[in-house]
Amino acid sequence: MHVCGSHEQAIAKFGLRSTFPRDLNIIMGPGCPVCITDTPEVDEAVVLASQGVHVATYGDMVRVRGTVKSLGDVQAEGANVHVVYSVAQAVELAREMSEELVFFASGFETTAVATAAIVVKGVPDNFSVLSAHKYIPPVMEIVAEMPETKVEGFLAAGHAATITGWGIFEPFVERHGIPVVVAGFEPLDILSGLVKLLELIRDGRKQVVNMFPRCVTRAGNLVAQEQLWKVFRPVGGRWRGIAHVPNGNLRLRDEWAHVDTRRRFRIDVSTLWDYAPPALVQDCICGDIMAGIASPTQCKLFGRDCLPETPVGACMVSSEGTCKIWYQYGGHPDLRGVLNPPAGAESPARLRRGFGGSAEASRGESERRRKGEPEPSALGSSRARSEGALGSAMAWGPAALNGVAAS
Amino acid sequence: VKITIEERIGLKHGAGGRAMRSLIQQLLADGFPADPEDGIGLSAMDDGAALRLGDQWLVITTDSHVIQPIFFPGGDIGRLSVSGTVNDLAMMGATEVLGLTSAIIIEEGFPRISLERIQRSILDTCLEAGTTVVTGDTKVMGNGELDGVVLNTTGIALTKRVIPDNGLRPGDRILVTGTLGDHGLAIMASRHGLELDGDLRSDVAPLNQLIRVALEADGDNGVVAMKDPTRGGLASALHEMAEKSGVGIVLEELEVPVSPVVRAAGELLGIDPLHIANEGKAVLGVRPESVERVIEALHRHPLGREAAIVGTCIPDHRGSVILDTGFGKRLLSEPEGEPLPRIC
Repeated sequence: MHVCGSHEQAIAKFGLRSTFPRDLNIIMGPGCPVCITDTPEVDEAVVLASQGVHVATYGDMVRVRGTVKSLGDVQAEGANVHVVYSVAQAVELAREMSEELVFFASGFETTAVATAAIVVKGVPDNFSVLSAHKYIPPVMEIVAEMPETKVEGFLAAGHAATITGWGIFEPFVERHGIPVVVAGFEPLDILSGLVKLLELIRDGRKQVVNMFPRCVTRAGNLVAQEQLWKVFRPVGGRWRGIAHVPNGNLRLRDEWAHVDTRRRFRIDVSTLWDYAPPALVQDCICGDIMAGIASPTQCKLFGRDCLPETPVGACMVSSEGTCKIWYQYGGHPDLRGVLNPPAGAESPARLRRGFGGSAEASRGESERRRKGEPEPSALGSSRARSEGALGSAMAWGPAALNGVAAS
Repeated sequence: VKITIEERIGLKHGAGGRAMRSLIQQLLADGFPADPEDGIGLSAMDDGAALRLGDQWLVITTDSHVIQPIFFPGGDIGRLSVSGTVNDLAMMGATEVLGLTSAIIIEEGFPRISLERIQRSILDTCLEAGTTVVTGDTKVMGNGELDGVVLNTTGIALTKRVIPDNGLRPGDRILVTGTLGDHGLAIMASRHGLELDGDLRSDVAPLNQLIRVALEADGDNGVVAMKDPTRGGLASALHEMAEKSGVGIVLEELEVPVSPVVRAAGELLGIDPLHIANEGKAVLGVRPESVERVIEALHRHPLGREAAIVGTCIPDHRGSVILDTGFGKRLLSEPEGEPLPRIC
């Protein structure tokens, strides 16, 4: 299981699943911050906006529905909802107005660090933070303990580990006996991370391995961590569709009460509770998908009643949501046999000349053959084009990939 | 006419994807039962119609043009209207254009000088395509009843051989005549006021001369299917060709020519260059034995210098487009609705 929307994006976009061995199942866990923002948290922002407070937030959050409405819905009714790319932009916006501006802050520790930094630096008096920030390490414990999940290894997100350091996963591995590999986001980063993880599983080695050493250290970014914990404290709270996650929510510490929206406003979300949830939502299995128990194609709404234009569940809203990504990149069909010769019949280079390569590439190859030069290796060449990159890499033995990972 | 259960027309019904095709199907093709006895009519949903005229085919097509902004980097609505119509004819194999009509609907208050600029652009583009406007019409509508100016252009041409868009067989190769995504990203950048370094320009151009070269490259037998990847981009064009021909198409992502500035702008905006419109490019289906001759002929023409072989037709996965990313394969989805930059 990986726990990051960016990993799922890259896996889907580059068609990596079609290269995996058939008995390897890579699933996305609760890795989309928009998706796991709980309904009452969205409700808080919706109530504030509909009472006339300016609310600034990231684009995807606008379309996520709370109990009844999304921020987009109340915006259409005239509320002041602003889409921003960064917390800094929200602060700029607040400086330009005299009214109260609430920054509805979603995102994992990577994003929370940015919020913390700007709070420490100082914000205008009319600016406050409605924190829906989440902290990933505790939810991995929850998923590992779910009786339905059969997660044999975790691929941890490189950018989050840049902040927290990879050492943070060591107690987890000790407690649960599940190996963790920290991986980056380029296709080769992911593939080499997976190979390492599979080796750990195969050999029964329960440890943390950092396969993203060009960014991640054992201790992480200490300055960022200091600012993060100076502003936020971890508290328990619900993640949409998952569970109550002890220490999974990041809330502002008491010394920052003046910046904390929840302490500056009395937010009464009970006015929204008289409404029954729309009928479709009851069929949504986002929770099971994020827990890694089900896949989007097992949902009867996926691709029919639930589309990117008209999302039912949060997983279809965010560009990091599993459902949106599967819809965008054509789901998860079995394409392993497409244009592949029978095993061992043809080398990838010959396959390429026969079907795929351009005239130029074919010329290049015949020239090489004339000169008696060796073929560039599929994974080593700058335009890597291996059929079944991971499958073949594993067949060649780990040495073939180690060079790539180190380079 | 039954439209859809939504009962309202949305922007996606004009965006070039499945929604638009089903609207056209229901509105036009299902409404007029009789196709011409000998020829290609509405039910083929091709780029134009072909009617038998002695031993030749009369090819006819019509196209309306609305675009914001009216003047954009690389072209304007006048060049777009001539190119769009000439290209639709060329995609049927009719590269000798007999003449065009030009109907212009103008909003009250539209600057005369802009109209003259559009007219000059129509004239210049006609010269490039070796044709002219033979009849026309103008209407003026009240302020606010129309957004600036709307152009409609009809074109007719004769040809000995009609090229449909459903002629692909397993083994056929897919060619594109140049870089993809230029028009769509240039329009998007100027519409949303995005200031990007680099020369982001529309590729709008009449393609009939280039297509003639491709058709003549191999004794008039090599090219078996054509489509211009306008709205919906290469993804939509390939989906339509695969569906109509009953084949699967494997597209090699690394072979698809995309200019560096388009690639960068696409990454920035979260938009796939394969999903957005081109106005000066064609997708050709070519028999494998002719592919070398056709690509060489394309490379010799100024509009085809960056032509590339980008895909192959396969017998299974009918109607699907499979993208080989160089690492692995996935389905290439068809865009539904107008692609929006990541700014709203």
